[in-house]
Amino acid sequence: MTMRIESIQDLEKLQKTILARTDPEKARIRICAGTGCRACGAEEVIDAFNKEVVAQGLDADVEIKATGCHGFCERGALVVLYPEGILYQMVKPEDVQEILKKTIVDKELIERLLYVDPVTGERIAYEKDIPFYKRQRRTILGMNPSIDPEDIDDYIALGGYLAAAKALAEMTPEEVIAEVKESGLRGRGGGGFPTGLKWETCRNSPGDARYVICNADEGDPGAYMDRSLLEGNPHSVLEGMIIGAYAIGANEGYIYVRNEYPLAVENAKKAIEQATKYGFLGRDIFSSGFELDVKIARGGGAFICGESSALMTSLEGKPGRPRAKYIHTVERGLYDRPTNLNNVETWANVPLIINKGAASYRQTGTEGSKGTKIFSLVGKINNTGLVEAPMGMPLREIVYGIGGGVPSGKKLKAVQTGGPSGGCLPESMIDLPVDFDQLTKVGAMMGSGGMIIMDENTCMVDVARYFLNFLKDESCGKCLPCREGIKRMLEILNRICEGKGEEGDVELLKEIGHTVQETSLCALGGSAPNPLLTTLKYFGEEYVAHVRDKKCPAGICKDLIIYTIREEQCNGCGACAKVCPNHAISGEKKKPHRIEPAKCIKCGICSETCRQQAIAAA
Amino acid sequence: MQLENLENVIGERGSDSSQLIGILQDIQSEYNYLPLAAIMQLSETLKVPFSRLYSIATFFKAFSLEPRGKHIITVCMGTACHVRKSPRIVDEISRSLGVKGGETTPDRLFTLETVNCLGTCALGPVAVIDGKYYGNLTVRKVGALLKKYEKE
Repeated sequence: MTMRIESIQDLEKLQKTILARTDPEKARIRICAGTGCRACGAEEVIDAFNKEVVAQGLDADVEIKATGCHGFCERGALVVLYPEGILYQMVKPEDVQEILKKTIVDKELIERLLYVDPVTGERIAYEKDIPFYKRQRRTILGMNPSIDPEDIDDYIALGGYLAAAKALAEMTPEEVIAEVKESGLRGRGGGGFPTGLKWETCRNSPGDARYVICNADEGDPGAYMDRSLLEGNPHSVLEGMIIGAYAIGANEGYIYVRNEYPLAVENAKKAIEQATKYGFLGRDIFSSGFELDVKIARGGGAFICGESSALMTSLEGKPGRPRAKYIHTVERGLYDRPTNLNNVETWANVPLIINKGAASYRQTGTEGSKGTKIFSLVGKINNTGLVEAPMGMPLREIVYGIGGGVPSGKKLKAVQTGGPSGGCLPESMIDLPVDFDQLTKVGAMMGSGGMIIMDENTCMVDVARYFLNFLKDESCGKCLPCREGIKRMLEILNRICEGKGEEGDVELLKEIGHTVQETSLCALGGSAPNPLLTTLKYFGEEYVAHVRDKKCPAGICKDLIIYTIREEQCNGCGACAKVCPNHAISGEKKKPHRIEPAKCIKCGICSETCRQQAIAAA
Repeated sequence: MQLENLENVIGERGSDSSQLIGILQDIQSEYNYLPLAAIMQLSETLKVPFSRLYSIATFFKAFSLEPRGKHIITVCMGTACHVRKSPRIVDEISRSLGVKGGETTPDRLFTLETVNCLGTCALGPVAVIDGKYYGNLTVRKVGALLKKYEKE
């Protein structure tokens, strides 16, 4: 039976009890159990550790914990050994026995499991020395590696729920709102609307009940920071919601999660149960008389439900279509009552502001954007993963400093931010400081923080086509400009990629794009042409190559390329001929082979297989 | 068709409208798809109009009103996977199985689906087969992967 926590003193006492249970000198093994690492076999690694400590008789001396996402997903499964802070990467179950014997008992490093810097070639033993971690500012994500998301005590040990206790027991709702306003926190979900102002409007809107919603319907392709936060540290999100609900005067809350994130659903559910047991949710929280219930609602795989009014319609048990927002959802949202919706990362920032104070929070960031932002740094980048950086960090530092640059010595071509609503920035903008306002100024947007790196082998016309194809399926169909405009733009782009582009296509694309931007009902349509318009603006020459010369310089658009074998590089091993599904490759052994163009289906399997790199698309 | 444990599937959620999508999803995982009969039964049990449940089932992409295959292949089409050539992976699976995205093979062994983003961008291109993640896929790996599931 867990005791109910009634006050700050109770909570502090509980924190001390939990801390007393752990010996800081004891060997602690932390294994990342985020979805990325699980996909790399982390669960098997965790099992192996649990079995092997017993087998080696170390179970009393070693503490093993499966934790939330560490962020360095490229290198999973990740294992960190404390108190030293040694990071072993790409760990397999077979390595576990050796880790315990060599490193835990004999205090020796296992060279092959250490991270190798792709730039310097140097092996790095300690997590804190790895540039990927060293150059970040992990105020939000930093807790994940120390927390078992299924155990609320881990969060409390780090000072969890103290902010909620302080807000509810010592501050008035108005004071909480003033603090959040003062902090300069802006919504992390995309638009960057000032959070405190949103709360205030919601609080001041008349209604017999109010709601708070956590938007975890992270739909932007290429973005997964919200998933990792909700999976890895669900209590930080809940605590933010408790503080927000108190400030706004809401007694009901929802966490709306994508169905594609089963682990996030599970961990959030457990978090709610555990928080309720301690009395952080339910009635009379921290003896303040305030009550809050939080429920989880699962989404149904519709991108549009990331939009607030569509999400609320879906919560009402209807198809998630948006409505015009001349009346804001903070005034009339869910069931026509004042509703405050914030994104996962926004909620997770709230306890930080209450704990440290607005003045301290404001010290990080730029004039218009305060605090840090988590990016999912993905695509053609060496260190793929979740990256938390202070607002205003130059793009160069994120891509090269933290990300380690583009793999295989390829050239950086573009950085795509903001998902389907965002834009593609050319390499020439690499020194741009990344914050809400700077990104908007150049035609992109922050969005939820997806940052997709593209290299010379990425076709920008294809990228524009990709996003419009995505949006064609995701447009809810309610308003004409979005429904029809996206389809027409896509048709033209499809033609261009098939080599049937005509004079005037580019001008027509621009015209339709601007019309859709200006006349769509909601932000999905309003921002839908962004990827197209930014690629037209910054990569116009690629469109010319496709339309006029019928060439795809990046070698991506199937109808515009031919696979050929470079005779001088081919050693006639025959591997390509063996794998070709259409038997399009022939040649004598140890003599250069050739591809029969009429038979080639351009699947690319031969070029993947060739060790001589003799097969290229052009 | 009668869903024996419909009450259990619904659980404490009752007719709370915010839980309708979740209930439909749980029914779908029971049958592998959403049979119309089950939607009708749910409509009667919850006293929610059939038309409303049907509109949810057809609006959201997660639902399938057609029976799906024994193995469900979900290929991620997120941006990170796209730039790492996920379209080629889908093309190859599609070519080998003879079905397009959203379709099921005539022997009901495989259903090929695509999803906007699985949120495991570091492993791209990624596919999930029956809940198991396969990362860093290449066109070449597709054949062996499908064979493995054919035998199961």
